[in-house]
Amino acid sequence: MTEHSYLILILPILSALAIFFFGRWLPWKGALVGLCSIGATLLYSLALFFNVLSQPGFYQEISYPWFQFGLYQMEIGILIDGLTALMLVVVTLVSFLVHLYSLGYMRGDPRFKRYYAYLSFFTFSMLFLVVSNNFLQIFIGWELVGVASYLLIGFWFEKESASNAGRKAFITTKVGDMGFFVGIMTLFATLGTLNFRMVEGRITEGLLSPQICGIIALLLFCGAIGKSAQAPLHIWLPDAMEGPTPVSALIHAATMVAAGVYMVARIYFIFQYGAFSLEVVAWIGAITAFIAATMALVATDIKRVLAFSTVSQLGYMILAMGVGGRTAGMFHLTTHAFFKALLFLCAGSVIHAAHTNDIQKMGGLSRKMTWTFGSFTAAWLAISGIWPLAGFYSKDAILEQSLISGHNFLFAVALFVAFLTAFYMTRLYLLVFITEPRDTKTFDHAHESPGTMVVPLLILAVLSIVGGFLLEHPVHQLLHMEGSISGGRPQTHEIPHWIVPVISSLAAVLGILLSYAMYYKRLVSAEKISQGFPKIYRTLCMKYGFDEFYIACFVKPADRCAAFLARFDTNVLDRLGVDGVAWIADLLSKIHDWFDTVIVDRAVDIWGDLSLKSGGFLRKFQTGLVQNYIFLLVFGLGLLVFWRLL
Amino acid sequence: MSFLSWITFLPLIGAILILFVPKEKTSQHRFIAVAFSLLSFLISIAIFSAFDSSNSGMQFVEKVAWIPSFGIHYFVGIDGLSYPLLVLTTLLSLLSIIASFNIENRVKEYFFWFLLLETGMLGVFVSLDLFLFYLFWEIMLVPMYFLIGIWGGPQKEYAAIKFFLYTLFGSIFLLIAILALYFRADPHTFDLIQLLQQNYQFVGRFQTIVFLLLFIGFAIKVPIFPFHTWLPLAHVEAPTAVSVILAGVLLKLGTYGLMRVSFPLLPQASLWFAVPMLLLAFVNIIYGAFCAMAQTDMKKMVAYSSINHMGYCLLGMAAFTLTGFHGAVLQMLNHGIITGSLFLLVGVLYDRAHTRDINVFGGLGSRLPLYAGIMTIACMASLGLPGLAGFISEFLCFLGAFSAPNPEKIFWGLPTFKLFTALSAIGILVTTAFFLRMIQKVFLGPFNTKWQDLKDMNFRELVAVVPLTVLTILVGIWPNWLFSLMDSTLNTLVNLVQGPR
Repeated sequence: MTEHSYLILILPILSALAIFFFGRWLPWKGALVGLCSIGATLLYSLALFFNVLSQPGFYQEISYPWFQFGLYQMEIGILIDGLTALMLVVVTLVSFLVHLYSLGYMRGDPRFKRYYAYLSFFTFSMLFLVVSNNFLQIFIGWELVGVASYLLIGFWFEKESASNAGRKAFITTKVGDMGFFVGIMTLFATLGTLNFRMVEGRITEGLLSPQICGIIALLLFCGAIGKSAQAPLHIWLPDAMEGPTPVSALIHAATMVAAGVYMVARIYFIFQYGAFSLEVVAWIGAITAFIAATMALVATDIKRVLAFSTVSQLGYMILAMGVGGRTAGMFHLTTHAFFKALLFLCAGSVIHAAHTNDIQKMGGLSRKMTWTFGSFTAAWLAISGIWPLAGFYSKDAILEQSLISGHNFLFAVALFVAFLTAFYMTRLYLLVFITEPRDTKTFDHAHESPGTMVVPLLILAVLSIVGGFLLEHPVHQLLHMEGSISGGRPQTHEIPHWIVPVISSLAAVLGILLSYAMYYKRLVSAEKISQGFPKIYRTLCMKYGFDEFYIACFVKPADRCAAFLARFDTNVLDRLGVDGVAWIADLLSKIHDWFDTVIVDRAVDIWGDLSLKSGGFLRKFQTGLVQNYIFLLVFGLGLLVFWRLL
Repeated sequence: MSFLSWITFLPLIGAILILFVPKEKTSQHRFIAVAFSLLSFLISIAIFSAFDSSNSGMQFVEKVAWIPSFGIHYFVGIDGLSYPLLVLTTLLSLLSIIASFNIENRVKEYFFWFLLLETGMLGVFVSLDLFLFYLFWEIMLVPMYFLIGIWGGPQKEYAAIKFFLYTLFGSIFLLIAILALYFRADPHTFDLIQLLQQNYQFVGRFQTIVFLLLFIGFAIKVPIFPFHTWLPLAHVEAPTAVSVILAGVLLKLGTYGLMRVSFPLLPQASLWFAVPMLLLAFVNIIYGAFCAMAQTDMKKMVAYSSINHMGYCLLGMAAFTLTGFHGAVLQMLNHGIITGSLFLLVGVLYDRAHTRDINVFGGLGSRLPLYAGIMTIACMASLGLPGLAGFISEFLCFLGAFSAPNPEKIFWGLPTFKLFTALSAIGILVTTAFFLRMIQKVFLGPFNTKWQDLKDMNFRELVAVVPLTVLTILVGIWPNWLFSLMDSTLNTLVNLVQGPR
């Protein structure tokens, strides 16, 4: 069964290449190829999933040597265990449904072919990341999904905002990746290997001190902060909504952004060994969950609300990891993938119908789009955490874990976030579907989407409903039965079983009711509240000013620094330094020239003149007349005699 | 004559042949240039089958006494360090000759100088006699001077003379160092292999001084901060094909010289200079990246990014580990491939638009999809995207420097190498920022209708660029064939410098 696991990688990349280069001649411009190959990968992943599920503790690593330098060897590996099997199914399933959905959504787009090539390429990169057995490979996958995300966010690159968003996403995540990169280098420098198994072995041998290990864990976690849009690097995800909506569902909700969570789960042993890192992880998760949920309260763009919600839910997963709930975090990742992908696809369907993103212009769409409405209802209840839908189970697991591990404050934060989630999701639900239409033109134009778009919605709706209780047990089995360290820290705090479900349900119901009262019954006016707290409202609308802060503190100074250095380079180093030396040399040569012509040459000339002049003078004595000579002779003799006599 | 001599002198034969063809027959000049550089390239590929990569010593050696009274030999040979660079040179020369088919002005002279230049470069890589090495080193300057000075841009004379004088200035240091080595060695010799066996005679202050002299000579070529200012100017003014050669091959001569001459002959001094070299590498990386970010001229941007990339190379070399050396040599090759293609691509746009200012374009991605795609791949490779060539070498340079055994500490006991290597990662970030900005300003956004008539790349341009793009991807996916080629040579070199462990 697992011996052909390389197919997981081969099929998507082949389809990406085939569509990119030959899509023009392929049926449906290559979309069919993508659909088939991802479908096959999905089937294979499902088979793998059940295979692994039936063999508790399954672990298999296939490794191909990649390149060798000296003693070291880098490898490309395929690691199959419970974690991989779960993630494979999530990725391929969502990817397949998005491929299907995009047939309708992207129909008529001039770059339809390229869109499918990118989708397949993304799927390949994501799977490459998921099956990796070493840090280098996960890093490569990590960067490749980043590129796919960049290309797809900026897919409609003629729009200025889209190309800006793509660039922002790439650079922001790259900031986190630098930490990841340094972490990998530290690991290699200290342990001499990048293979997960071997790193784990060497850490358990005690080759690293817990402090160093914790620092490495945090460096690696920087990558997750970037990719999973955690505070303070969450700023790119809301902007990433410029991409086509199915892309948002696939990359920016279900799979790529969850890669950070997956990575933490994959290398959990490092975090556990340097335990203080988990504390940081938990806090970052909680902070992210909170700020994103509050930002979602005031957003008016349907996709942005969902984006903030994604950030918030990712914070939830990270929080779960931090409080020792690896299983809970992965479980939430799975259910979240279902209902959040569903939410995005529904939003896509709505946007497709209404041709606007602004929820203030929508309303009453339940009458026009029955299927979309029905699916959205399931997703809404699931994310709000209503029993027995998927979100309820996974959210409860996280809340319970944070209470058990003794993080009472974080539990309170998480509970409040659950309340907020129910509140803003209900707001969205009501404003889009239930309340009276506010823009008649939009309303009249709206229609149900074609079948290729509705079928994925229904599948995901079913999963959002039953995913929780169907998967709760399998997920535990997949993640707990591994041979490696699992579970987490000693669970010191005993609490009654019923308490968390009851409290969380209460929070969810409260959120829904409050929202119902505000946005449907209009018992309390939302406008009044926002006017009552203008400062808070403005802060939320400004998204806490993160963007402005980064532009003022990093982007602008970097640009100024660049401009300064460039000027320094041309003016000081080149003009003053190099040309200055040349100028001095030139000056020296001129001085030499002057010296040469004025002093040296003149000296020569003076000698010449002197000899000439003296010659001229002496020549006057050479008269050739014997009388003169005799006269001089006698005169000289007279002088001598005179001198002698004196 | 051995294979190496054929490879080296075939371009020279071509150059002489061109002199006999009448001036008007430009197509014949082009044909001769392509034919001889192609032949040279093919032979350099063909000897791969006879090249023994497990042998760390010199191969295809040819040694003929030339001026016996001074112990000067015509002595050539290649090993795992010079062979890849040799192939890079023949390949880039061939491609840039193809790329310069659009030169219409004084074609005969152009190709004559170009072929002469190729012989000079190849000669440096194959010569094992320092006298010969220096000879080729100097021969190269003359064609370069004319190529920039005649076929260059508006400031061509200034750029040419600056390039010439600056590099000549470096050569003087090189010459003094070579003579110092010659006279210190007993018996006197220019023979690199013999000098290597006698390197125990170079001790103490002599070693340090000679290393410094050599370092200045080579640093100007690399170029290492603060000796780099000739580079942006020369690149901006030089014609496209010459820029390719300049960035692709000439810069490597500096780093090659360090690895071929300085490190093995003066191991203790090299180790002593590891930390200064690390700091210079750090400055090169950060400084080059920031300077590039401020540029609006695409060619100047790529030129400054070369400074940044050669910084990575120096970083790997400063590590004095096998990992770092592998990274450094691969970085030389990759930089040649990637920056070569970037210069070619910038030239393609310049030929059409007659400007390289990134601010005047916009939205070209929809008009020139092929060009945009290839350019994006080259930029992505240059900013170190995994799956493309640049990543592997940058990764190994960083990895090598980070795990260097150097015990030096700085600032409250932080290991110097680790600190500065980690800080150098900022350079990657800045590189990403400016390449993405360039892509966005040129290809993305609303289409600037001013460029309505721009045509996508033609066949000749594709022939020149696509091989480099393919290589970029190939090396990125499967670098092992290059590593296996260099492994034993670099291993010997590391052991030589670090001493047997």
